[in-house]
Amino acid sequence: MSGVRLPFGLGLNLTLLALLLLAMPLSLLAGQVWISPFAPPVRNAVPILMELRLPRAALALVLGAGLGATGAAMQGYLRNPLADPGLFGIAPMAALGAVLSFYTGYAVQPFALPLFALVGAGAAMLLLGLVAGRSASVGIFTLAGMMIASLSGALTSLAISVSPNPFALSEIVTWLMGALENRGWHEVWIALVPTALGLVLLARCGPSLDALTLGEAAARSLGVDPVRLQWLMVAATGLIVGSGVAVAGIIGFVGLMVPHMIRPFTDQRPSSLLLPSALAGSLLLLVADCLCRVIPLAGGELRLGIALSLAGAPFFLRLLIALRRELA
Amino acid sequence: MTLEARDLTLPGRLEAVSATLLPGEVTAIVGPNGAGKSSLLAALAGLEGGTVQLDGRALVDLPARERACAIGYLPQAGDVAWNVSVETLAQLGRLPHRTGLAEDSAEVAAALAALGLDHLRGRPVGQLSGGERARALLARVLAGTPRWVLADEPLASLDLAHQQTLLRHFRALAAEGRGVGLVLHDLAQAMNHADRVIVLSAGRVVAEGAPDTVLDEALIGRIWGLSGRWLGEPRARALAC
Repeated sequence: MSGVRLPFGLGLNLTLLALLLLAMPLSLLAGQVWISPFAPPVRNAVPILMELRLPRAALALVLGAGLGATGAAMQGYLRNPLADPGLFGIAPMAALGAVLSFYTGYAVQPFALPLFALVGAGAAMLLLGLVAGRSASVGIFTLAGMMIASLSGALTSLAISVSPNPFALSEIVTWLMGALENRGWHEVWIALVPTALGLVLLARCGPSLDALTLGEAAARSLGVDPVRLQWLMVAATGLIVGSGVAVAGIIGFVGLMVPHMIRPFTDQRPSSLLLPSALAGSLLLLVADCLCRVIPLAGGELRLGIALSLAGAPFFLRLLIALRRELA
Repeated sequence: MTLEARDLTLPGRLEAVSATLLPGEVTAIVGPNGAGKSSLLAALAGLEGGTVQLDGRALVDLPARERACAIGYLPQAGDVAWNVSVETLAQLGRLPHRTGLAEDSAEVAAALAALGLDHLRGRPVGQLSGGERARALLARVLAGTPRWVLADEPLASLDLAHQQTLLRHFRALAAEGRGVGLVLHDLAQAMNHADRVIVLSAGRVVAEGAPDTVLDEALIGRIWGLSGRWLGEPRARALAC
């Protein structure tokens, strides 16, 4: 398979990059304490910027890029604009791992929470391998993922219902909502390395995903190895989604919304959607997190996971209605 | 140079099938529904494994890219998941090649020109008519410059004029020295446009050879259960049933 192409949509990528460069300083300045370069200095401005807002913005960039690109790849792989990175069941399983760290009390140990979540993501990948085997059928694979998601959801609910104490229960519920609040540089590093690896794997999938545009049989006739592609996709999704859940909880809908918004500006090949989706994912998460900080809410910040679900669910419904009209 | 299946068995679909495609010829694979035509074509494209050889080499042993460069396969369901342009669709045929953008662009342009799609190169596939879409899908195969072109029911759902246009394209490909394998349902098309026919029934080859000797009325009665009679002149025959 030919893997080298001149980047399509250079203008689109540069525009997104420019918007990111614009949004980044805004996201650093905005918050409950506004830091304006034109106003008198704010007390503790440097620690606020360096220890709170910069790592938070960096995490938004990393997670957004990963989720955006994974969503684009998943839609290409499943040949479905409604596909989402959560379909493989990796995110719910990673969430279950994190919930178990709260349940057992290990979450207070350094790095235990992300480690539990990553183990959960790994378990989901292993389970996918055992259930789907080498059949390489996209349909069986998706169904296996949905069942893993369902099982993880049930076990998470069970852990919540038998939570050992109200504190653990509160921690679990709050964490499941997904947020970038109070995340530091170590969370950035935990997410950065697996996400970067995952993005490299997704880039390698690009030509095969393009071939899948023509269906499985035609893709195989073009030299695509479906088993290799499947495992590249699982590994990339596991690394990106698993590490994302490990540091920020469940942040949904980015992988669904971003590729759909970007697709009209590309030549529609899945590979030409990967980079702009990564950039747009970063932008979306950066802006959404910024808004969560500045929207006044009694009792603290609006949780990022909730905000994105509030925006994402109507988006998904609108997409369904549009598809229904197309099919009518 | 041949593309051939030797004693190919795919459990439940094909039983000890031997069939050979030759360069410069249009070979039609015909038979009733469920006879194994699509399975044989997919096997010849290297998608089913089994005992298929390309120029004397086992297809399963060939690197996927080499196989993909040599054999262009047009599946029965010509679906396209995304609303790509005709040009982008044709570019997908270049995926197995590693020849650089200049050659890719030249081959894509040549394929579009050969099928009269120059003026539609920027049009999304969702806005094409059935005939244009069929030609665009074939352009995708031709852009890959395969030595063998295998198409599974490429004429399905096309009107008569578009069927004839596409058949002429397949004949032109054979005239260029490529081997062409077509799964066809219409026996008259096989009779008039193929150099050889392979007749399958219940997963076995029941006849193979020149169409006017193989597709006789007795065989049509035996395999399709029809009492038919050929009318007209050679290369312009019609089957009256």
